[in-house]
Amino acid sequence: MGEIVDIIIIGAGPAGLSAAVNAVTRGKSVRIFSNRENYLSKAERVDNHLGFYHASGKELMDKFKEHAEAMDIKIEEGKAVNILPLGESFMVNINGEILESKKVILAMGISKIKELPGEGRLLGSGVSYCATCDGMLYRGKNALVWDQSNDAWEEANFLQSIGVNVSFISQKPKNENLSNDIRFIKGTITEIIGENTVEAVNTGSETIKTDAVFMLRDAVAPAALIDGLELEGSFINTSKYMETNIPGLYAAGDITGKPLQLSKAISEGLIAAQHAAMQIDKKEN
Amino acid sequence: MAEKIITINSTEEFDSTIMKTRYVLAEFYADWCAPCRMVAPVIERIAEQYSSRITTVKVNIDEQQELAIRYGIQTIPTIIFFKEGRFASKEIGVKPLSSFVRMIDSNIA
Repeated sequence: MGEIVDIIIIGAGPAGLSAAVNAVTRGKSVRIFSNRENYLSKAERVDNHLGFYHASGKELMDKFKEHAEAMDIKIEEGKAVNILPLGESFMVNINGEILESKKVILAMGISKIKELPGEGRLLGSGVSYCATCDGMLYRGKNALVWDQSNDAWEEANFLQSIGVNVSFISQKPKNENLSNDIRFIKGTITEIIGENTVEAVNTGSETIKTDAVFMLRDAVAPAALIDGLELEGSFINTSKYMETNIPGLYAAGDITGKPLQLSKAISEGLIAAQHAAMQIDKKEN
Repeated sequence: MAEKIITINSTEEFDSTIMKTRYVLAEFYADWCAPCRMVAPVIERIAEQYSSRITTVKVNIDEQQELAIRYGIQTIPTIIFFKEGRFASKEIGVKPLSSFVRMIDSNIA
């Protein structure tokens, strides 16, 4: 499993990068993961972040990344699949690789994930969020990969390569990297059907029989990521130190709720990282 | 700690274990499964904590496919609690210690 990192940060937007910078400033080892472009990069203009009047979101985001890079913080490509608290530490599954850390900061941004009918009920009974985790169980069977992220085609190719009979459903044009052995279906999924296990999906216009559905979104919903996490609506509840109801697990930025603003995200990243670092120091000294 | 968990080598061994022991906790796993590696230390802790009351076993689903099919294992890890030889309850996926404690406590007299 490798050595224990002080703090793992999920998400490399303003909150995640602010947390990383502040954790490193306090002498803590950090690994930071991201697998999507930040929403800030798409903002045409940000006028309410003090000191940067008229800046574009992309300019600001580039500056934040430069700042982190100057401090030797490397943003790694990866999606968190599960987090398991072990009392004194955490195990974090990043695309099938298990890492261990003393603290975890969630900064994945706003969760736009809407659960499909049948999804929660059939999770673990044919519905999966991780091809490399569950793929082997479906060798020789039919699986549908639902394209909701930029790297879904890679996971589809992986499933096909281990002997799963894969179909790929996407609203985007067919990705040229997708294996030719995979059936491509233009469309989306509106419902997952099955009594005790997945039997089919509904696309709105047709029903497709399948044994499994791999729902490869670019982030796993917080409630599915970690068992027992306290939410309010789709936002994560935290203390004033940005700690969640799970000791040692923090949340910062848009994921904790409104206002969904840059300055708040940066502040929360700082508070989370400083508190996490202080807790580590308290325990070790 | 690891010796508190029995690795099942055949369907017969599994059947005799759940029949002769009142409470059995069975972890269905595979070597290639990352979430199984996350849950393994939690199951070890459970095995230790309940060593006087329950028997904990590990079932490799690649080697024991008959058992995996019998219990309809669709995702791993799947942890099943057996009471007097019968299925009593199960937990699927990566869960904290407290979930397993709850499952066991609600099933043991």
